[in-house]
Amino acid sequence: MEYFIQQLANGLTLGSIYGLVAIGYTMVYGIIGMINFAHGDIFMLGGFAALIVFLILTTFFAGIPVALALLLMLIIAMLMTGLWNWTIERIAYRPLRGSFRLAPLITAIGMSIVLSNFIQVTQGPRNKPIPPLVTDVYHIGNITISLKQILIVVITSILLFAFWYIVNKTPLGRAQRATEQDRKMAALLGVDVDRTISITFIMGAALAAVAGTMYLMYYGVASFNDGFIPGVKAFTAAVLGGIGSLPGAVLGGLLIGLIESLWSAYFSIAYKDVATFAILAIVLIFKPTGILGRPEVEKV
Amino acid sequence: MANGYQNVQEDVMAKAVKEGAVAGIIAFLMFLVFVGIETYQDINNQLVWRTRWGLLGVFVIVAAVGRFVTVGFIKPHLDKRKLAKAKTGILEVSEEKSFFHKHFLKIALVFLLCYPFLAMMIFGRQGSLKYVDNFGIQILIYVMLAWGLNIVVGLAGLLDLGYVAFYAVGAYSYALLSANFGFSFWLLLPMAGILAGFWGIILGFPVLRLRGDYLAIVTLAFGEIIRLVLINWTDVTRGTFGISGIAKASFFGIWSFDVGAANNFNKAWGLPSSSVYYKIFLFYVILALCMLTAYVTIRLRRMPIGRAWEALREDEIACRSLGINTVATKLTAFATGAMFGGFAGSFFAARQGFVSPESFVFLESAIILAIVVLGGMGSLTGIAIAAVVMVGGTELLREMEFLKHIFGPDFTPELYRMLLFGLAMVIVMLFKPRGFVGTREPTAFLRTRKAVSGSFTKEGHG
Amino acid sequence: MATGTTTMTNDTILKVEHLSMKFGGLMAINDCSFEAKRGEITALIGPNGAGKTTVFNCITGFYKPTMGMLTLKRSNGKEFLLERLRDFEINKVAGVSRTFQNIRLFSGLTVLENLLVAQHNVLMKASGFTVLGLLGLPAYKTAAREAIEKAQYWLEKADLIDRADDPAGDLSYGAQRRLEIARAMCTGPELLCLDEPAAGLNPKESLTLNTLLRGIRDEGTSLLLIEHDMSVVMEISDHVVVLEYGQKISDGTPDHVKNDPKVIAAYLGVEDEEVEEIEEQLDHATVEGGTV
Repeated sequence: MEYFIQQLANGLTLGSIYGLVAIGYTMVYGIIGMINFAHGDIFMLGGFAALIVFLILTTFFAGIPVALALLLMLIIAMLMTGLWNWTIERIAYRPLRGSFRLAPLITAIGMSIVLSNFIQVTQGPRNKPIPPLVTDVYHIGNITISLKQILIVVITSILLFAFWYIVNKTPLGRAQRATEQDRKMAALLGVDVDRTISITFIMGAALAAVAGTMYLMYYGVASFNDGFIPGVKAFTAAVLGGIGSLPGAVLGGLLIGLIESLWSAYFSIAYKDVATFAILAIVLIFKPTGILGRPEVEKV
Repeated sequence: MANGYQNVQEDVMAKAVKEGAVAGIIAFLMFLVFVGIETYQDINNQLVWRTRWGLLGVFVIVAAVGRFVTVGFIKPHLDKRKLAKAKTGILEVSEEKSFFHKHFLKIALVFLLCYPFLAMMIFGRQGSLKYVDNFGIQILIYVMLAWGLNIVVGLAGLLDLGYVAFYAVGAYSYALLSANFGFSFWLLLPMAGILAGFWGIILGFPVLRLRGDYLAIVTLAFGEIIRLVLINWTDVTRGTFGISGIAKASFFGIWSFDVGAANNFNKAWGLPSSSVYYKIFLFYVILALCMLTAYVTIRLRRMPIGRAWEALREDEIACRSLGINTVATKLTAFATGAMFGGFAGSFFAARQGFVSPESFVFLESAIILAIVVLGGMGSLTGIAIAAVVMVGGTELLREMEFLKHIFGPDFTPELYRMLLFGLAMVIVMLFKPRGFVGTREPTAFLRTRKAVSGSFTKEGHG
Repeated sequence: MATGTTTMTNDTILKVEHLSMKFGGLMAINDCSFEAKRGEITALIGPNGAGKTTVFNCITGFYKPTMGMLTLKRSNGKEFLLERLRDFEINKVAGVSRTFQNIRLFSGLTVLENLLVAQHNVLMKASGFTVLGLLGLPAYKTAAREAIEKAQYWLEKADLIDRADDPAGDLSYGAQRRLEIARAMCTGPELLCLDEPAAGLNPKESLTLNTLLRGIRDEGTSLLLIEHDMSVVMEISDHVVVLEYGQKISDGTPDHVKNDPKVIAAYLGVEDEEVEEIEEQLDHATVEGGTV
């Protein structure tokens, strides 16, 4: 039982990270119907930004409080990746909006290759380890829960709430939902569609940057190809939950995190990703639009 | 009038300067952290950093100047050209095709047939090895894979992001069956294709009712599952170590290319001992396989099944109303595409003599898909051109040793290979969203064969 | 496939019995029964939202009805229960083909290719399910030639022969409508279902359409059509079924339906009491007429 709860906590932590990245996939998909393959690499970029900020901070302000350092890392990483994603959308996706559906998919894959190789070229191919930031650990019976796990879950929850508020209660969120429903009509009614889409990309990137920072904090290492596997898993999470649905993305993320940690704990660590993907396939076979996705009505 | 023109001119310049400056600032902020600062491990293996302001400056200047030139000169120039075209009132004039254009395919085929010998004549026996193998065979493998995927994506409109799985099935089928049972290449080549096709059906059956991007992610998942199984099922596949010492292909069982064999090809023909003859043989084998793929694709397009594939891409509901079994039709497309992937895989295993899961990562699927889309979905010629440009181009980068003299000995052009590949993908798509060949050749005609413009064809949603 | 439970006279091609279709809580069709006769043009009319397209989609297999029986009798005497067939079998086995309200052509294929795709099942058999055709056997070549001839026949009928090699997406709206009908006819159906064939056509195109549809009927194919354009309905149909709120309110010849007060009320939107009033008046009038 204790072992199970321990794994549950680990899964929840991992799931939070996947969920944050999955929101970026799902939002972009919802608003322009495109799989943003480069989103995983945006996540990686966020991790790297946090890593570099961390290094600079520890050089110049050796005694800086951890909380402040973490906050600065988060903020700079969010701004940085937001800017990157905004630029990428402007250069590589916007000109292709409304064209052939596969064209933006290919540019997104191209961008993904560009980003990971750009980091490989500029920062080197080796893994980048950093000393542990947060080391406190709490024991409840035999269960060990680290402060960083708590931090990750708490930060994720706060962000999700803020995010939910933006999408559901603000004019910006309304513009986003309107653009999602019918882009042309939204434009006719005075919604600045281009701006709304840009902001969506920035928001998605900011969340990915938070996830990237926490991933760095959790594992203590960053690498140029960190974007792919978590990216694919977050995308899997988004699809599992029902792509286009925000609660679905979070649910999917948590599910994937739990599947991964529980499968590793009880079956085999080698096949944990196989289990994740197999469950995705099985769920989609029975619910072709994911768990919380709107069923697709075939209009005749 | 002239004054007004000058005003416009000045406006453009002012705008260009402004946009250039903005681009410079954005580039500065974007690259500040990633280029301006370099992280590396010191002697104690501790992560430290140093600044690279010079390089950052180069990035910023390139971005600013690039934007300035685009806004100030390139765009007005393009607009002027467009305007001139509109004024003359003639839309795209279809000029009389040149001799080269008309006979492009024949010329290309003749060139390919002579290619190994041309390479030998120009670069000598050992020198040509690189050209026959790294360029010739490598590109042709991608041509074949892309033509195979074209059936699934280009014709049937099913987005498959895990095509490399079938390539892996083909390669491992050959590797395992030849290692364990000693079957020959010529027996295993068709078997690998059939096995891959069979896998196509098994994987396709449960998921083909999914639509669009859901299908894409599931195929991606299947691709990853197969790779992960190859890594982890070490008893059979030897995991990440891979399987080495895979038997070479023989000359239809008559002559062997093994150096020690009694019926060695080189000895039998009195040729000096060199591996180049094996490579040339392999070049013709893959060329023949490509031709087979092209032949079958062209034939199938003119058959009811091929037309049903294209109809499926255009409108699935209409297909059903016409009595077409869409599930069976999708499955045949999936299986046929998979089969060619399997052929290519077994050839790959024979050529490398070594297979490992490393060769079957998602990136490969992405590259193959990119070639199909960049070439122009459905167009065999376009896809072949895209394969030559993309694979050949990046392969060429390996050869750019002279760049070392410019950028110093630390410069490894290979590092930039994938970076440039990705950039090329983005740029080609931006300028040619429909790919190199955007038109579609009709499969039947009553009076005249007219190519169908890309603006009418759809890309499928399933 | 033979049902045995229903008896159908030879001249009935389609019998709809107690058809009901529920979407969530909404009863789109409620216990609707009617028949379509062989060799006739049957029109299904009704105000917007009456459930016409839903009936159509049930017949052509795009929806599975909640209740009811849809029996189709082919000319060889075989009967099929349409609701039990798989979507594509409705056309392949039962010989029912259809067009769509918002035209669904293969816009990237040429006009001719559209008509060849429609002959998929015939050609598939002739090509030995691709295998024999791939080897280039003459049987397939003959079949392919015949398919082109058949396509040519329908292209001439639909007045599209000059556009045969153009992409379908390039045709004008009216021509696309005609092409869709020609394509449906190339499957060799016994019952052709048309979903608002005259929608969006100008009067001249409407007339050409009428001729085309009559020609199809005279060649022995039965037609079932949904239509809003009363001039088309009244002019070409032999039999009219009127739906309102998912129920049949009238059934008969165009003249009968035209004068049915329920139909008038449904179209003009009168209150129920007024319908009764009108009915009374009409009764009165006929009585009076009789006495004079």
